Amino acid sequence: MKELSELEFPETIRYTEDHEWAAVDGDTVRIGVSDYAQDQLGDIVYVEMPEVGDMFEKGDEFGTLESVKAVSELYLPMGGEVVAVNELLLETPELINQEPYGSWIVEIRPTDPAEYDELMNAEDYIEMLRG
Amino acid sequence: MKSGPGTSGLILNEPLLWEKGKKGRRGMSIPTSDVPEAVLDAGLTGAGPDFPDLSEIDIVRHYTRLSQWNFGVDTGMYPLGSCTMKYNPKINDKLAATPEIASAHPMLDDGSVQGTLQIMYELQKYLAAITGMDAVSLQPSAGAQGELAGMLVFAAYHRSRGSVRTKILIPDTAHGTNPASAALCGFRPVALKANAQGVLDVQAVADLMDDETAGIMLTNPNTLGIFETNIRQIADIVHAKGGLVYGDGANMNAIMGIVDIKKCGVDVMHLNLHKTFSTPHGGGGPGAGPVCVVRELERFLPVPRAVKDSEGYRLEFDRPESIGRVHGFHGNFSVLVRAWSYIRSMGPDNLKKASQLAVLNANYIKERLKKDLHLPYDRPCMHECVFSDLFQHENGVKTLDMAKRLIDHGYHPPTIYFPLVVPGAIMIEPTETECKEDIDLFIEVVQQVVAEAREKPELLLQAPVRTKLRRLDETQAARHPCLRG
Repeated sequence: MKELSELEFPETIRYTEDHEWAAVDGDTVRIGVSDYAQDQLGDIVYVEMPEVGDMFEKGDEFGTLESVKAVSELYLPMGGEVVAVNELLLETPELINQEPYGSWIVEIRPTDPAEYDELMNAEDYIEMLRG
Repeated sequence: MKSGPGTSGLILNEPLLWEKGKKGRRGMSIPTSDVPEAVLDAGLTGAGPDFPDLSEIDIVRHYTRLSQWNFGVDTGMYPLGSCTMKYNPKINDKLAATPEIASAHPMLDDGSVQGTLQIMYELQKYLAAITGMDAVSLQPSAGAQGELAGMLVFAAYHRSRGSVRTKILIPDTAHGTNPASAALCGFRPVALKANAQGVLDVQAVADLMDDETAGIMLTNPNTLGIFETNIRQIADIVHAKGGLVYGDGANMNAIMGIVDIKKCGVDVMHLNLHKTFSTPHGGGGPGAGPVCVVRELERFLPVPRAVKDSEGYRLEFDRPESIGRVHGFHGNFSVLVRAWSYIRSMGPDNLKKASQLAVLNANYIKERLKKDLHLPYDRPCMHECVFSDLFQHENGVKTLDMAKRLIDHGYHPPTIYFPLVVPGAIMIEPTETECKEDIDLFIEVVQQVVAEAREKPELLLQAPVRTKLRRLDETQAARHPCLRG
């Protein structure tokens, strides 16, 4: 596993305590997992995703990531309706290890866009990881 | 420096069955048919299955060679945490192979299999006595099915009271299968975090327990190998809100004859006979996960159960409120016989001693290795201890690398990366059946591996190096599994 200083945390997106990231893209938000999360999990071998049209509340489990070490739940940083899932990950889950911020998992239309502002910025997230 | 039992011996290569043999080769000669040929229905003809062409010796050597690649408790120490890989005494197998036991047909009437039913009846009694619970069904055919049966009992109980419960509390130190078993019964698992001491906080349970929650599903000792000291208070809180307490019995080997499960407030518990009661683990063989309950829940247990009345032993099916059948006939009977044999040959005093030694052995390893491996929860443990790879990070060595290197030294690796609450977990469960000399040797070997991690980390990144096959590509195997020959 890498040291914190070797990991990347873009300042243009927001983070959760459970290591998801959220990035605004017009009126939708794309969700993925952070560089820290993929590094901790190790080689990801399977991604379980919701269906387009599914509705979730903030904090709901929307899928799972399976790595060679363990299966981990994915929690939605903001409530909303799933408008797209990244089907590329079904065949090539390793993209999450290779490009954690390029590999969004779901795209949602948020119920309350203001929830985005409640998420941690990169600085706060790194601070949390330092403990 | 002493070395472990690992070496690279005379290990033969062996291809897949379809890659050996030769067209036309066969294992036996069938006499020429002396009945006239008849026309078969079209549905019964066509190309047969693709059997390999092999002689008898080809097959015998194939499976003998494969068996030599195998590693089991009969080969060496197998400290797989949370799995209780204790030695399985051969007398268990001898009894299970007795013709009167092994050859009894499952459809014989009760009167013809009184001995079989007596074994079941007595085993139910013994398991009730060992746990302190009131009633037992031997039907579930594995630990996870025992959990499922237990959760179905939860659901049946709440239904019988007209109570709608949608959630269940499951600590992050519970067994990995618990949330799945609960979810199958329609309960949404709500995660509870263990505190800094590795146990549950009474207040955390009180905050989450409400009248929509079916109860709590915990493992005690938990998967950190720590006894949940607040269990009684937690049970009181859950009961006060109308919930039930499930105790996963996977770690029963730490507390046999010492803890009364019912007095802890547990209402339902399953036992893994292949862990605590020395029946074989997996390998494709059947398991058994009896489920034990308090008197109030007896009516919901899976049927049939063995009962005794003035006419003798019989299987009882007439339980209208039962969750029904979870298996056929007498359950996985040959496994039940082995557990019965173990309990009878040990007796109550030695069962208690087995737990005491299992706990002593784990604490001995914990104390002797805590300078070499990081110990996240430094407190007395039960039958297993959980380390992490934190000290080895500076050399770029991870838990997986140390586990692979232990294979070179002749040990099955401990459980790794579980429980999830400890990053890089190394979970060691020696069980009571390893003697002090063997445990000392294992400790020395772990210390050697730790020294190697410091002095020649590149070796660990390559490990295993003495085995027939080197490090396998687990990622590739998981992403693109090849499931056919």
